[in-house]
Amino acid sequence: MHAPDGFLEPSVAVVTAIISLVVIGFALRQSREQLKDKAIPLAGITAAFIFAAQMFNFPVVAGTTGHLLGGALAAILLGPSVGAIIVTIVVVVQALAFADGGLTALGYNVLNMAIVPAYGGYAVFRLLRRVFPSTAGGVVGATGIAAWASVVMAAVAFSIEWLFGASAPVAFDTVFGSMVGIHVLIGIGEGIISALAVGAVLASRPDLVYGAQDLDQAQLTESKVGTRTFVIGGMLVALVFAAVVSQFAVDNPDGLEKVAEDTGFIESGEEHSLADSLFSDYATSGISNEALSLAVAGIVGTVVVLLVAFGLFSAVRETRSRDPSSV
Amino acid sequence: MGSGHSHALYVHEHSFVHRMAPQAKLVAALGMVASIAITPREAVWAFGVYAVAIVGLTLVSRIRPGFVAVRLFAVAPFVLFSLFIPFIATGETIEVLGFAVSVDGLWGTWNILVKALLGASVSILLTATTQIADIIRGLAILRVPALFISITTFMIRYLELISDELGRMRIAMTARGYDPRWISQARPIATSAGALFVRSYERGERVHAAMLARGFTGEMPTPPLESVDRRQWLRVLVLVGAFVGTATVALVIT
Amino acid sequence: MSGIIDIRGIEFSYPDGRQVLHGVDLEIGAGERVAILGPNGAGKTTLALHLNGILEPRAGTIAVSGVAVVEDHYREVRRMVGLVFQDPNDQLFMPTVREDVAFGPANLGLEGEALDLRVDAALDVVSGSEFADRPPHHLSGGEKRRAALATVLSMEPEVLVFDEPTSGLDPAGRRELIQTLANLSMTQLVITHDLPLALELCPRSVIMNGGRVVADVPTGDLLDDPALLADNRLELPYGFDRSGESPSY
Repeated sequence: MHAPDGFLEPSVAVVTAIISLVVIGFALRQSREQLKDKAIPLAGITAAFIFAAQMFNFPVVAGTTGHLLGGALAAILLGPSVGAIIVTIVVVVQALAFADGGLTALGYNVLNMAIVPAYGGYAVFRLLRRVFPSTAGGVVGATGIAAWASVVMAAVAFSIEWLFGASAPVAFDTVFGSMVGIHVLIGIGEGIISALAVGAVLASRPDLVYGAQDLDQAQLTESKVGTRTFVIGGMLVALVFAAVVSQFAVDNPDGLEKVAEDTGFIESGEEHSLADSLFSDYATSGISNEALSLAVAGIVGTVVVLLVAFGLFSAVRETRSRDPSSV
Repeated sequence: MGSGHSHALYVHEHSFVHRMAPQAKLVAALGMVASIAITPREAVWAFGVYAVAIVGLTLVSRIRPGFVAVRLFAVAPFVLFSLFIPFIATGETIEVLGFAVSVDGLWGTWNILVKALLGASVSILLTATTQIADIIRGLAILRVPALFISITTFMIRYLELISDELGRMRIAMTARGYDPRWISQARPIATSAGALFVRSYERGERVHAAMLARGFTGEMPTPPLESVDRRQWLRVLVLVGAFVGTATVALVIT
Repeated sequence: MSGIIDIRGIEFSYPDGRQVLHGVDLEIGAGERVAILGPNGAGKTTLALHLNGILEPRAGTIAVSGVAVVEDHYREVRRMVGLVFQDPNDQLFMPTVREDVAFGPANLGLEGEALDLRVDAALDVVSGSEFADRPPHHLSGGEKRRAALATVLSMEPEVLVFDEPTSGLDPAGRRELIQTLANLSMTQLVITHDLPLALELCPRSVIMNGGRVVADVPTGDLLDDPALLADNRLELPYGFDRSGESPSY
């Protein structure tokens, strides 16, 4: 997902660059507070770990391989702000020193690969932790699903950016359907690897997992029977998701459309002049039902934004409440 | 995503581009790529100008054009995607070799292709003529926050060490007959990733102890600021100016 | 007198509850060279990390050159005590060796020409000028060890503590390191498994086992006592011939 130059229109490149700069500035402040002087060697070495881990091939199906994104993993291990900074550094260095990813694409590459997965993934993790049992298995399960979700969110973010700044006449619903659909499946790998990795860290140095600081010794050693259930359950959710989303891409959302009309969510035949001026013509032309597409974009986009915001909010709240010298 | 690059693309040569201050090169690269990105796709002549300039820069830097061409393969996945566009795009179509392809789609392909390839070429030139440590130094001089720079410096320092450890782990696993094909067999990879994280973290703690032992109190030493002679900035100005000028003309007349 | 170490009753446990030091008493005189021997897990490295305040004991006191090793004095103590780690990679964290060697004195307040002179002097001792401007990951194992030593020497310490200085070195590298250490005049504590090194360099040997000092004898006497060696999992290399001894003290 290291997009090259020219993939999205300059307007989107500039806006996402500004958003990324603001959020990273915030994340830097949070990181300074959270890590004190331990920050530099620890964060740097972990950044090297994420960089190396991204070069990790893990098998997916029949010998084809996938790569780790690492945003959610970094956030759960080190906290969302540090995680976001670390993956941002990885993305920036990849662009500047390895020519991987366009220089003008850094705005949205950082947003999609670092900020959204770290903060959004962390938000999902925190929400799941409220519901899952407070055991090592619960943490591992939450990690797996959060990491999967982080990849999907990155794909959603990219699709929404396409909606605003498409550089070619490919309809939004095609991009959304295919990008999100594919990443719902790719994310499974990320989820499994992240979950198992966190499990391994919990087994030897549980104090190193930011997202499990609240667990005491007893909770950590409780049997991890739940892990497999969570992972399988998560995969099933992912597959259902994929099925729904791919319907959308196939331009035949009869089921969705009917539901939307029945619930009064869309009124057929309405004009959306604001939408016309804001969204890219390329992205909105050729969609069988523009209103539905934009409605979905709006809902899903809002969900992602809310999750990222929750992640940012959690970061602030946790930094204040944690004892700074305990990290 | 992570295309297996473990060695930076620096090529050791003696050219004035190699000797240029890194902050100047960063500014130049950004200026060039930004100009390319905002140029309207119909202004094919403008991209020709850019291409000539980039080839010229490559030669002046004593980098072999073939080297750049090979590195451009990294953009392949997006190039592939862009080639599909005319077939899935909307808008009026024309016949090409028996296929109905979208005209707008063809332009879309051209847009992505030319900007991605030219942009990547500039990036490759930058990395080929500038060592990583100098790129980081250039960023520091351009006022990127100190915490960001310090973390990045540490990352660069320990990247090879950690990649090597990772490589050794994989070799050890392979030597014991591990040859996974399916995600269900990926457990050892994930657990070794977890183990590597713990080892890396503990090394981070030891490095921190070593820093404390040598009197570290929280402030990293700042790199010495060197003065860059005006001629370098002049050259950058001329180069970026040429690119920006071309882009502006293209915007106006297209 | 500078370089005197006074350790009394040190007890230490790691956060996970493991008690590693069970009451260590040790006195080292100025300029002495002492080998710290013992099986793995005896607490040797842990003790070393107390000497400059990286770890704090839960009981007992330490003083270096009369200065108590407590938080208020860490800055001073860390100038006086130079710790050379087991893994030089942990100590070489700057982009070039030269910057690493400069790190310590710069933190002490040196700058400009005074700093450069200090750095060059330290590099000279280890013959490090040849690799000074290289990044640390481009150095060989032996070069890294010499570089790590230089980073500590540049602080002009009164006490040097080495953790396994010869591990991983080829014979020539080992010889060079021994020669370098023999020429240094400050107090030296050498944690090592390398008994011939201890014999050649250190007149006095302290054995630690189970978090305590169990023996404190002249090195020559230790090597003549097979029972003491065996009790502490120590052993002379096969074919080691003591008749050719010419220790550097």
